[in-house]
Amino acid sequence: MESAKTDKIFEILTRSLGSLVLATAMGGFITLTILSWPSIKAFGPSFLWSTRWDPVQGQFGALPFIVGTLATSFLALFISTPFSLGTSLFLAEYSPPKIGNAVAFLVELLAAIPSVIYGLWGIFFLVPLVRKMEMAFNLPPYGVGGFTASLILAIMILPYATSVIREVISLVPQELREGAYALGATRWEVMRYVVLPYARSGILAGTVLALGRALGETMAITMVIGNRNELLRSIFEPTNTMASVIANEFTEATSSVYLSSLVEIGLVLFVITLVVNILARMVTERLKMEKGE
Amino acid sequence: MKEQGIALRLWKDRVASLVIFALALIPLIPLFLILFQLFSKGASSLSLHFLTSLPRPPGEAGGGVVNAILGSILLVAMASILAVPTGVLAGIYLSEFYDRLLPNMVRTAADLLQGTPSIVIGIMACAWVVRPLHHFSALAGSAALAIIMLPVIVRTTEEVLVLVPKEIREGALALGVPRWRMILQVVLPTGLVGVATGILLSMARVAGETAPLLFTAFGNPFLSWKPTEPIDALPLVIFNYATSPYADWWRQAWAASLVLILLVLFLNTTARLAARKMGGR
Repeated sequence: MESAKTDKIFEILTRSLGSLVLATAMGGFITLTILSWPSIKAFGPSFLWSTRWDPVQGQFGALPFIVGTLATSFLALFISTPFSLGTSLFLAEYSPPKIGNAVAFLVELLAAIPSVIYGLWGIFFLVPLVRKMEMAFNLPPYGVGGFTASLILAIMILPYATSVIREVISLVPQELREGAYALGATRWEVMRYVVLPYARSGILAGTVLALGRALGETMAITMVIGNRNELLRSIFEPTNTMASVIANEFTEATSSVYLSSLVEIGLVLFVITLVVNILARMVTERLKMEKGE
Repeated sequence: MKEQGIALRLWKDRVASLVIFALALIPLIPLFLILFQLFSKGASSLSLHFLTSLPRPPGEAGGGVVNAILGSILLVAMASILAVPTGVLAGIYLSEFYDRLLPNMVRTAADLLQGTPSIVIGIMACAWVVRPLHHFSALAGSAALAIIMLPVIVRTTEEVLVLVPKEIREGALALGVPRWRMILQVVLPTGLVGVATGILLSMARVAGETAPLLFTAFGNPFLSWKPTEPIDALPLVIFNYATSPYADWWRQAWAASLVLILLVLFLNTTARLAARKMGGR
């Protein structure tokens, strides 16, 4: 009897701690909404497409940051995807296990390096490099800007996409490969006509997951993007992302509507990453169903 | 597939191999560059003095980051105290109890939290801890880090525990062991290495987090142990020094980064070696 009672207590304890996880997520969303209310009330939906960010006049619009975030994230994805795909194919189709393990370990190491260290390296290595390149191409030599941020992002998201893509490629049945080889296909033809089509939705899932990472990345971006609150006209110009403007201005926000506007940017970022993560999950769910049959 | 001559097909194959080799090796270049520069630039400024003294005002040479090292340790320790028991027990709930609706909602919430940008989690911790206390504090910083650790621990605990064979559970229950003891003394120890791996990986991740500390822990140039006071952390120091206009602080930012990366890599590789050992068993 005594143990039945303890069992019940234990069950209730674990259930409430599970509920705490749920409460944290829901509470977070509610808190963000409440804190952004003054800004939502003052600017309405035009907050999302107004380009004016003027703390002095108390006018706030988030478009420059939304554009900055999307532009840098998609460019990073565009740069990064060939490499994550190539690395995955190398690991799955070419390398002997020992070399493969070493390369996989090193790629995962990229994910272990803290964002702020990427930022430090970006400031002192990548920014001067990009500046030199911009001078060579007769562009204004900012060094900092959307392009530099995208480069850093591309490196940072690579391990996330690679780990997913590698896993789905390893799920491609060996029999399919052997069948193609038996028909006289070259290694490239096996990859091109057997492996890649089979792993297509997994590759998509890995890419979307990497996109989710890129959208929320803060520190490294903040340190190399130049922090200018104007709508991006060229990717080489300094700009700001949603995450970087919050990082820069949150502790300096003097008026309550200013602070509230920054929180609303956080809310928008939260919703966007939520949607992207749900998309990634839908793709992997579908993948599981396909492979389960 | 169009019909092509064998020479062309072989040539294509060779080009593809070269391209794939290049694509796989190029990402390692920035990795080696970062690590090489961290060691070459950081090591020259790393000294006992740097590790054991407090920061000095700009212009005054020397000074160190002892406050940030201890601050980082305190923040991660406090975050672990908050997140580890909660996360492990919530993970146990997901793997051991079969409620109808709640588990799926908890899983979705954990995935959602895991995908939430850390800067947004910083805003939440600021709203929940900084505002009621009216000032920045170590407690707020560790709360933010704990929220980041929580979903990782919950999901790894669940994933590891569902792998524990049913027979082990049934064997324990058949011996008359109450369920809670069966879970804590039979199921959990079986999956302990996996759970510990998840905990260590989440600690390694938050040890390097900067964004959620900006407006929670805030930073503090003095030694502080009080949970209710602002506190410094290595990532904060690196950010502040790297973006400062002082060459001496840039030098110190590299040295602090070297300390941070050694700490993070130690936690990270320990976790991964443990996981590999478990996988080989």
